[in-house]
Amino acid sequence: MKIGILLKEGPYNHQAADTAYQFAKAALKRGHQVTDVFLYNDGVLNVTKLMDPPQDDRHIANRWSELGGEGVRILACIAASKRRGIDDGILVENSEITGLGQLTDIAIEVDRLVTFGD
Amino acid sequence: MEEENVKKIMHIVRRAPHGTIYTYEGLEMVLIMASYDQDVSMTFLGDGLYSLVKDQDTSEIEIKGFMKTLGVLEDYDVEKIYVDKESMEERGLTSEDFFIPVEVFTSAELGKMMAEQDVIVPQ
Repeated sequence: MKIGILLKEGPYNHQAADTAYQFAKAALKRGHQVTDVFLYNDGVLNVTKLMDPPQDDRHIANRWSELGGEGVRILACIAASKRRGIDDGILVENSEITGLGQLTDIAIEVDRLVTFGD
Repeated sequence: MEEENVKKIMHIVRRAPHGTIYTYEGLEMVLIMASYDQDVSMTFLGDGLYSLVKDQDTSEIEIKGFMKTLGVLEDYDVEKIYVDKESMEERGLTSEDFFIPVEVFTSAELGKMMAEQDVIVPQ
């Protein structure tokens, strides 16, 4: 199955950021195709390389970057990013800023768009 | 456009307005998706109904608000605006309280309509 993910919550603050990642990994392991993770609302904060969590905890931005390296597109909404101070200069590798039109294309393309949020 | 490429996309507004950004940014998403000629609808549930109440003035709380956006939904051909009957009754609201025309359905009817969607986006 072709799956798109919409993540609407920020890292560490809300479990959605963790569950979305674990869901993506589990779906890939089962042989599904996860095409995109689209970050909206505070979700855009997931891909800033400025985050520096304690070393004994997961590094959420790096985790998304690794998933991006495996071929999943990691996309942050530009309008939501601009509000929250996220720009190209502070993105982790394998992520990019794009528009809501891209999310619409994803919604049209995939078999399931799965939302993680409050 | 080929019919099979039109997806049924329902946005669900569940929260009171202005306390969080969800409804505001949700409306931004709705307008973009509507400009892609998809079958876009909005369903208002629970405290989400308060987002539709007319004469909202957010100047005192220094928040931009979204009344203008609600007003242009029709221009973007978003005419499927659904409201949950039970949520409306619980809050003592009627269709006359709303800023834009809505269609009222029971929770059971809305549930059926949700099952027919290709995409549901909880906002």
